[in-house]
Amino acid sequence: MKWHQIHRTAYPVVGLIAIVAIWQAYTSLSGITRIVLPSPIDIVRASLQHYDLLVAATWPTLVETLLGFALALLIGIPLAVCVANSRVLNLALYPILVATQSVPKVAIAPIILVWFGLGIESKLALAFLVAFFPVVVDTATGLQATPVGLLELARSLRASPTQVFFKVQMPAALPFIFAGAKVAITLAVIGAVIGEFVGSVSGLGNLLLSANSQLEGPLAWAALIWLSTLGIILFAAVALVERLLMPWARDLHH
Amino acid sequence: MTDGVSRERVPSGAAAMSFGHFQSVHKSFTRPGQEPLVAIDTISFDLAAGKFVTLLGPSGCGKTTFLHIVAGLISATSGTIQINGIDVTAPQPDFGIAFQQANLMPWRTVLKNVLFPIEIRRDSGKESRARALELLSLVGLSGFEQAYPAQLSGGMQQRVALCRALVHQPKLLLMDEPFGALDELTRMEMQDLLLDIRAKTEATVMLVTHSISEAIYLSDAVVVFSKRPAVIADHIAIDLPYPRKPELRYVPEFTALEHRAGRALGITR
Repeated sequence: MKWHQIHRTAYPVVGLIAIVAIWQAYTSLSGITRIVLPSPIDIVRASLQHYDLLVAATWPTLVETLLGFALALLIGIPLAVCVANSRVLNLALYPILVATQSVPKVAIAPIILVWFGLGIESKLALAFLVAFFPVVVDTATGLQATPVGLLELARSLRASPTQVFFKVQMPAALPFIFAGAKVAITLAVIGAVIGEFVGSVSGLGNLLLSANSQLEGPLAWAALIWLSTLGIILFAAVALVERLLMPWARDLHH
Repeated sequence: MTDGVSRERVPSGAAAMSFGHFQSVHKSFTRPGQEPLVAIDTISFDLAAGKFVTLLGPSGCGKTTFLHIVAGLISATSGTIQINGIDVTAPQPDFGIAFQQANLMPWRTVLKNVLFPIEIRRDSGKESRARALELLSLVGLSGFEQAYPAQLSGGMQQRVALCRALVHQPKLLLMDEPFGALDELTRMEMQDLLLDIRAKTEATVMLVTHSISEAIYLSDAVVVFSKRPAVIADHIAIDLPYPRKPELRYVPEFTALEHRAGRALGITR
């Protein structure tokens, strides 16, 4: 078990170091300009030099992402409950949900911007739009996948519909809801950045665009890496909440 | 409990005499575009209070369907099902059910799984908690109260399910092949365990199995179901004294009863 855990962290770390080393070697040996491809050292240097700028740009992106994600859960889960429990709503809403999902989010970003302006609202809306779908689909799937045996047990005990929902359906759906939430949080970052790309005054996406247009390659790359790190940290945070809320699932992966 | 008492009692005929009264129970399932599937032709028998009766029959003969009808989980097409003087049309509060699968909730600890029926009835209290702990110790699961089902073996899970079926002190314990998924040795242990527990409760027990020896070893009476559509092929009184010990399986009387059940099932002649 211990050895296995060491493997799980050691291998990706070794892989990462190897890639960074090859990257560094290539940029110094090939003489490629740092506007096109800065070296890892350039990027770290830019990160330190523009640290305040990057931190200041991280906050808006983080807030947009978190609010969009929260909204996706707040609207997505109740909607999934309706879709899962009502045949009529399922038939009426599901095709529309799928149809809206096939609209490319990048394509509607300019329209969203016209509706909500350059401020946080348009980013929040885009983050919500991309994060919302996996939450609804996974939650609805989870609610419909309640083991028949448990429903039969609840019925034999004459449990009320409310009891069945809160004590059986919901806990049984929790792993599905978290699967959806983990996809949603990473998509929410993407949604926020799309919004910032189309029109914004702040955020990591905004910083990346302006650094790029000013031929500040290292800063653009630093913003990109901060964005990825933000995504990873947010994903890990959701995974941590999952572990805390589902202690029974911890020992399942021997 | 109060719900059961408030229902109209039927103090007439055989129903007043016995705990359970089943008269001409018939069940057919309608199938779209096909003839209805007759699962149970007619089943009639009486069940005395405190007795252990086993429904024995080949796979797919309708014995589980019958148990589910008695449990009030599905309704009979026609016939009378009375338990304790009440016409059963829905699950009753004083029934306990153990299913083929343990059906434990993976997100609940062992103790909370056992207490689930209490929680559903909203009559929680120290008393039921103490009873749950006692039942768990009775089935040898002391120390596992805070474990999750995934950490238990199949036999242990089934023991938890048994505790859960008994925690609200049911008058009737219904068991649907509860040991069917267990290996032979665990199964024999569970049978002795069930007899121990049964001796400590006053519950009437109705169990479904397709194991001849299990049926005879456990029961006061065995109702042998024919192949589908089910009728009663034989009704065997098992006059072997309790407490029963594993050695009983090898005495001539036991073998003779097995032989009789085998004949009723059409396995031996």
